[in-house]
Amino acid sequence: MALTREQMAQRVARELQDGFYVNLGIGIPTLVANYIPDGIDVMLQSENGLLGMGRYPSEDELDPDMINAGKETVTARPGAAIFSSAESFAMIRGGHVDLTVLGAFEVDQQGNIASWMIPGKLIKGMGGAMDLVAGADNIICTMTHASKHGESKLLEKCALPLTGAGCINRVLTDLAYLEIKDGAFILKERAPGVSVEEIVEKTAGKLIVPDHVPEMTFDAE
Amino acid sequence: MAGFDKRVASYEEAMEGIESGMTVIAGGFGLCGIPENLIAEIKRRGVNDLTVVSNNCGVDGFGLGILLEDRQISKILASYVGENALFEKQMLNDEIEVVLTPQGTLAEKMRAGGAGIPAFYTATGYGTPIGEGKEVREFNGRHCILEEAIVGDFAIVKGWKADRYGNVIYRHTAQNFNPMAATAGKITVVEVEEIVEPGELEPSQIHTPGIYVDRIIQGTFEKRIEKRTVRS
Repeated sequence: MALTREQMAQRVARELQDGFYVNLGIGIPTLVANYIPDGIDVMLQSENGLLGMGRYPSEDELDPDMINAGKETVTARPGAAIFSSAESFAMIRGGHVDLTVLGAFEVDQQGNIASWMIPGKLIKGMGGAMDLVAGADNIICTMTHASKHGESKLLEKCALPLTGAGCINRVLTDLAYLEIKDGAFILKERAPGVSVEEIVEKTAGKLIVPDHVPEMTFDAE
Repeated sequence: MAGFDKRVASYEEAMEGIESGMTVIAGGFGLCGIPENLIAEIKRRGVNDLTVVSNNCGVDGFGLGILLEDRQISKILASYVGENALFEKQMLNDEIEVVLTPQGTLAEKMRAGGAGIPAFYTATGYGTPIGEGKEVREFNGRHCILEEAIVGDFAIVKGWKADRYGNVIYRHTAQNFNPMAATAGKITVVEVEEIVEPGELEPSQIHTPGIYVDRIIQGTFEKRIEKRTVRS
């Protein structure tokens, strides 16, 4: 079975370490905040200018001056700091954020990522994604492995305009957890019940399959 | 206007001198911390052919989005236009020139503009369409592109509190692009929720020192929420 969005978030959350400053993108990455393991403390960075994003506000706490990068109303946790967008991107570009998680349309075996533009179709803009991928050493990309029509999104070379070049080193899809190294995807884990064959079939880029590919496990909820 | 007293009495006075064809830098992120009354005054004046520099372009019917209705904007530099149908339509129809700019690069372009730095190198955008045609240099093994600073004829800014000297503080994440925008205008206009007496603001807590600010006005604000998320 392919991973659900919640399971993808759970799997990414296992990469969090105590004391990490983490930037979570919109969509599945945002859900990671719900699965921060017990006993570790992380600070969530929101690139509009908030370090230490808290949970959503109660009705009483709701404040139009308190939003996250997805423009949702949020709160600040104890120990949070608020600053300008220039300061926010100084910490991103300066490599001070320990882990960045973001979605993508395509990634390729060279670590290129396309996540912001489908020519002639959908125009949203890159927001902070180009700064985040250029500034971070430690990025996990979350995405579906293939399109609804079965076309692979893990490619030899991205077809869409890039968000960043050579910057992605880890990918979590609904089927697998992979690393990107030396011009190839390396299959590290597979979703429960998903065969190596299916992953091979749905990966268009160069894929290295180790002898043993462990299956992810999830606690029953 | 005597000495350092930057206060003006009306929004008309606040935007005095704005003309068609000018570049306007606006603070705000989404609908948070936007100079909503100064934008409304630009609409009222009917100036057009504006170049607008802002992270977003409001939404349909609010914020900078209202300047799209009468085609007052001919060019915009922004990082994200996802929530604005009219913007997307004008962009796809080539009715508005859009220079999509990475968010951090946009913030830094304003900061550099205000700080007298004409251009800077950054790794952001290298290898992407944003880097095409830009000078590339390698620093410490990383490819970087040259990005130029921005200075506006006007900067329009939303603050929380200010004194008459133009010292400004911002509230929560309504700070966002406002401090950089404030530095980068030939004429910087700040609208705030409250003008306080000099000395009431703690000097070390000032976000925007008054030297950057030309005009201050106190207004009332709708502060529309773009995505209302609450926990149950």
